[in-house]
Amino acid sequence: MIATYIEVIDGKIKKSSLEALSLAKDIAAVKGIKCLALSTSKSASAEVVGSCGADELIVQDSGELDQSQLIDWLCKLYSAYQISYIVLANSSIGKAIGGQIAAKLQLGIISGVNGWAAASPMQFRRSVFSGKANAWYSFMEDKGVISVMPNSIPVKKTYSKVAEISESNVNLSGPVFNSVNKELVKGKTPLTEAEVVVSGGRGLKDPSNWGMIEELADLLNAATACSRPVADSGWRPHHEHVGQTGIAIRPNLYIAIGISGAIQHLAGVNNSRKIIVINKDPEAPFFKAADYGVVGDLFEVVPKLNEAISKFKEEHH
Amino acid sequence: MKILVCISKTPDTTSKIAFDSDNMHLKEEGVSFIMNPYDEWYALVRGIELREKFGGTVSVMHVGEASSEVIVRKALAIGADQAIRIDSKPKDSNDVATQIAHYAQNQSFDIVFLGKETIDHNGSEVGALLAGMLAIPFISYCTKLDVEGNELSATCEIEGGEVSFKTQLPAVVSAAKGLAEQRIPNMKGIMDAKKKPLEVISPVSANQKVKLVRFEALPPKTAVKLIAPDDIDSLVKILHEEVKVI
Repeated sequence: MIATYIEVIDGKIKKSSLEALSLAKDIAAVKGIKCLALSTSKSASAEVVGSCGADELIVQDSGELDQSQLIDWLCKLYSAYQISYIVLANSSIGKAIGGQIAAKLQLGIISGVNGWAAASPMQFRRSVFSGKANAWYSFMEDKGVISVMPNSIPVKKTYSKVAEISESNVNLSGPVFNSVNKELVKGKTPLTEAEVVVSGGRGLKDPSNWGMIEELADLLNAATACSRPVADSGWRPHHEHVGQTGIAIRPNLYIAIGISGAIQHLAGVNNSRKIIVINKDPEAPFFKAADYGVVGDLFEVVPKLNEAISKFKEEHH
Repeated sequence: MKILVCISKTPDTTSKIAFDSDNMHLKEEGVSFIMNPYDEWYALVRGIELREKFGGTVSVMHVGEASSEVIVRKALAIGADQAIRIDSKPKDSNDVATQIAHYAQNQSFDIVFLGKETIDHNGSEVGALLAGMLAIPFISYCTKLDVEGNELSATCEIEGGEVSFKTQLPAVVSAAKGLAEQRIPNMKGIMDAKKKPLEVISPVSANQKVKLVRFEALPPKTAVKLIAPDDIDSLVKILHEEVKVI
């Protein structure tokens, strides 16, 4: 059996969990094994996980579990259901629990997977050297923990079935963390899951100029991000900082505006499928990493672009 | 407080990455190696700050060969009190975590720090493995950390925000930006580092769980297609037809 832990936020399954489930189902299909979805929320939909290929949805409705309880739960299910592979999203939770589960169950772990090959043994690909290369890995045994890099594996809602629901009632250990506060930007797609990201740098000159970035992001249904100096100077919150010291992202489209493209910034964004750069300096290193570039003053180019997209949308809807 | 900081050796961020003909090894000629930035800037410095506040010791641990000692000495120059090198070329993350856990399990460390990930393997695996092996809480991608008595308060990055909580020591902490500010070693630190103890110990056996199949260079990047700033309609066309976002 192969099992995916399904994260639910605000009553909805996270996209990164469905990506992990889609990879798990592909493996299950090749190996001829059953695919399980595991959730601690009643809001996990049997229709949604079924459409991604899960045969069974195992739910323990315990409310929000802390990290240690979640590990305890998953480890107990691993034994009870004779699971061989646990697949997680490489989300903040996945990164925190993946290695701990692997250690407790004495399994190998391959984290941040962005592709796989159905060889024997199976091979899993990860971006290494800060996005400058890939590496392929295999488990030494036919079992392990896999975590899937968000936005790497397409969600395949191609199965016309509803997963069978089983209730789990495992006795869990007490929490080791006392939650104090959780602050999330409500209603916005987290950067790691966003398919389009519009990002601004020091070239914006002043935080009061950020409106055009947000306008472009709204037009493209995109998340906004920024370079390190912008976050450091307090123009934008730190959780929008993409780059080596900030968040690594891999959207379908990354638009960099007024960012020169230092190697540390590229390390966080060079896995984007397409990169568009707008910068007035033709020597900006970002142009070497970009697919498309506009050499021009962003204060002229971006408003013009916003206007042209608005006009295009009006004409085509 | 008794603090352990795990440090790793990585190629410098600006290094060009190429592989030997077997695609199993990094070509090391011309590559300069550094202490993994997250280990150095955040994990080590926060460890030193806590020692400055509460007293105690900061030990650094590195799993690697003798050629890494320059990096270990740098950690001592920045302010660690002593160093341990486990004389082994690690096979995988499980191997690294096993070596550290074996050393740490009888040492009563209050906090074991390490960077959020290394900039070579980018796996973010060792911290969580280590916490699992030591059976103590793991604080992942920590951006703020304070200690009062036996209680630790932490703030961590999560998707689209942050979460704060408290837990009991001991704990393993993976350090992200915000936890501390980089310190540059001064001449006194560099001189003192030469006299600080650096113990070399033999590895324990660890089952290899994962093997590298091959490295893969990325296909060469095609040249950027430049669009004239007065031809924005071409960019809109690309957004519609090629990238399909409008």
